[in-house]
Amino acid sequence: MSAPNGSGGLANGSNGGGSGRYPDEMEPIRSSDLLSRYAESTVWLARYMERIENLARVLDVTETFVRTGTGRDGWASVVQINADDEPFRARHAVADAASVTEFYVLDTGHGNSIASIVNMARENARTLRPLISTEMWTHINVFHNWIRRLGPNDVRPSHLSALCARVKQECQTHYGITEGTFYRDQGWYFYMIGKYLERADQITRLVDIKYHTLLPEEAGIGSEVDVSQWSAVLRAAAGYHAFRRTMPRVLRPKDVAGFLLLNNAFPRSLALTLRQVYWAVGQLRTDYGLRRSGMILERLDELRASLLDQTIEQIIVRGLHEFLDWVQLELRQIQEGIASAFWPPPPELVLPEQAVDGGASTLAQSQGGMSQTMGSMTQTLGGMTQSLGGPRSSGNTQDQS
Amino acid sequence: MSSEAPTGGLLEGYDCTAFCELMNGLEPDNPDLALIRERLSRMDLAELGRRAATAEAELYNLGITFTVYSDRNAIDRILPFDLIPRVLTAREWDIIERGVVQRVTAINAFLWDIYHDQKILADGILPRALVVGNSNFRPEMMGLDVPLGVYVHVNGTDIVRDGEGRFLVLEDNARTPSGVSYVIENRHMTLRVLPDLASGFRLRGVEDYGVRLRQALVDASPAGVLDPQVVLLSPGIYNSAYFEHVFLAREMGVPLVEGRDLIVENRRVYMRTIAGLRPVHAIYRRLNDDFLDPDVFRPDSQLGVRGLIDAWRAGNVAIANAVGTGVADDKAIYAYMPRIIRYYLDQDPILHNVDTRICAEPDGLQYTLDHLAELVVKPVGESGGYGLIIGPHASKSELAEFRAKLLADPANYISQPVISLSTCPTLCETAIEPRHVDLRPFAVTGRSTWVLPGGLSRVALRRNSLVVNSSQGGGSKDTWVLA
Repeated sequence: MSAPNGSGGLANGSNGGGSGRYPDEMEPIRSSDLLSRYAESTVWLARYMERIENLARVLDVTETFVRTGTGRDGWASVVQINADDEPFRARHAVADAASVTEFYVLDTGHGNSIASIVNMARENARTLRPLISTEMWTHINVFHNWIRRLGPNDVRPSHLSALCARVKQECQTHYGITEGTFYRDQGWYFYMIGKYLERADQITRLVDIKYHTLLPEEAGIGSEVDVSQWSAVLRAAAGYHAFRRTMPRVLRPKDVAGFLLLNNAFPRSLALTLRQVYWAVGQLRTDYGLRRSGMILERLDELRASLLDQTIEQIIVRGLHEFLDWVQLELRQIQEGIASAFWPPPPELVLPEQAVDGGASTLAQSQGGMSQTMGSMTQTLGGMTQSLGGPRSSGNTQDQS
Repeated sequence: MSSEAPTGGLLEGYDCTAFCELMNGLEPDNPDLALIRERLSRMDLAELGRRAATAEAELYNLGITFTVYSDRNAIDRILPFDLIPRVLTAREWDIIERGVVQRVTAINAFLWDIYHDQKILADGILPRALVVGNSNFRPEMMGLDVPLGVYVHVNGTDIVRDGEGRFLVLEDNARTPSGVSYVIENRHMTLRVLPDLASGFRLRGVEDYGVRLRQALVDASPAGVLDPQVVLLSPGIYNSAYFEHVFLAREMGVPLVEGRDLIVENRRVYMRTIAGLRPVHAIYRRLNDDFLDPDVFRPDSQLGVRGLIDAWRAGNVAIANAVGTGVADDKAIYAYMPRIIRYYLDQDPILHNVDTRICAEPDGLQYTLDHLAELVVKPVGESGGYGLIIGPHASKSELAEFRAKLLADPANYISQPVISLSTCPTLCETAIEPRHVDLRPFAVTGRSTWVLPGGLSRVALRRNSLVVNSSQGGGSKDTWVLA
């Protein structure tokens, strides 16, 4: 950690409105414009990898939390955070370590397990193979193959923490490789948009659920249980020590919520993630003259202003849950705004996606021809549905959850 | 060094019954081959096994794979890789290179002719019905003037060697031949895992395939476009050859597009980008004719682009390979290829065909029926080594069953003698053993024709097997062309 500075903030020097780490004076890269489909897949790749990391963080911290006996309903809250009550109840009667872990790590029967998300991330990466670095692809490929081979034995409670640590690390490795190898043109900005939109969404979920599950009645405030639970929330977001540096004396729920939402330097706070999204969208406009981003920037401006204009006390008084609901809605609108600006659906493709089974023979035939090719290939059809709807539709489903 | 006595060590007891290119080839005194033999003989089997395992793991992790779908599961498979390279001498390569250029030139001349004046048919060189009645003949192509007269920009010629080491063409692949990515990846892998075998040799490079291919597409682009936008059109990520599409798009430095990324407006092709529609001038397509354009071909195709053929006709976009090339690599037309070469080029073929009989012709059918137990009989419409019978390897009942199929639809079959394919030393479980190989060189044609030095060597990994297709136990090797 760098030398402390006077204000006690964490790396205040990097707060200057989007410049700093990323020198603006650099000439933007002039290459041919990014295919819409690539932009879309890039956003989803980044979102999925971020989502996996967050999921691992929440599972990890819940495990600690429950093991130390401080939160009996800990496992149920994971289901709540992810708004998965319905699919979860369809599979499991009780939310305990075994059922929740199975549901969120291994179960590919729904779209919100690590196994499912890693699959979708890899399918998007596959689409992006012409664009991303070989090292990015190889890493995701290996990560995916590792996850795919996990069995019930690997997720039992005694292994869970180590498993989550590894998953987290793989996500961070992904991001490190991306940072170090992904070509800095338009695709990079879409990557950043996806990553930080997802992170923003995740932090609002975490705060929303924890604030309300941990604060059922006034009596609990300030008690020992309360404090340890809130420090667990901070640890889930890797923010405990940073929080302590800004607020060494207290750990009140409102301080934690304020830190996670409004802090300007904490890399997972809502304020900072929104600043990153704003920066990336802004780069697309200034560097590449993509004027379609104007509307999105306006919307982001309003959202950011609403954070600047209020203290956490005001937000809480006016209704934290309502506020976070509104933020999540705004985030969805921003995602949709980006989608309609940069990858508007081709009208003629809206219907055929439904009629995929009829089209399956199409694919098989076409590949029959390719086998003039290497002769290898036993083909079937399964692909078509996903190939047309794949990353996009699974993405949307996720986003609305 | 004697051609009869392989170096000892790891090559002790190597079986040279068949024609082995390295051990008893046509240039027994070639010092480079001798050095390779010597280096191989001094290697350690267990160590080679470890390196082979490393190579396969790496290919898998890198995703140098094709994808096989069963039910809803996608399984990535690597093309099995044998790390011992196949080596061609400069003299051998010279024959192949000239022969391939000649053959591609003749194929392009043939396609121009049959889609224009059809002189070859008028002159009775081959039966009209065989051409215009062929399912791969595209009447839509009649009278269309393709740029530079090039229909086949990328051609793969499948070549084998017989017991005397002569190169023979087994078939042409003039539609969307694949495999070239393995040529280049195999080279990378071999140099990585066998640096001690490769060190000091001057090998012809394989690196500039993408540059050459892109140039061929630029050559074919509409005149007057300064910096043509080239794209690679793929059926998408679920296509078994998707890795190769990715590979080529990257090597060419062009976007990999799917049909849904393209749109035709006012007979011009555009791609959908984040900045709106951007013009496209040349398309390297890895999509069959049938699926290119639902307006012209299969109306149910969702992989293609509506209006594409019309834009092509208007001269606003280049498509490589052109539509309708399948008639040139048809197995029935193949039998006539030596005559086609003589007809257009007035030259003797440099590379000969395997002696082929056409069962659609009464003589051919009779001969085939009489010699079924000695012949390879292939359906003309199939690929991938399916549906064929190798007479000497077939049982009595298999022969009888096949005879019935042949009689039921003779026009669907051709027959050829069994060629005892050449072999190459190949790493097997307990020794280095001979395995049969073929070769697919790739020719790229823009203003001129260029052949990638070497090509894809496929190897039949099962002992004595002659089938090199990956669906049936085939793998591949790096192919060295000595400079």
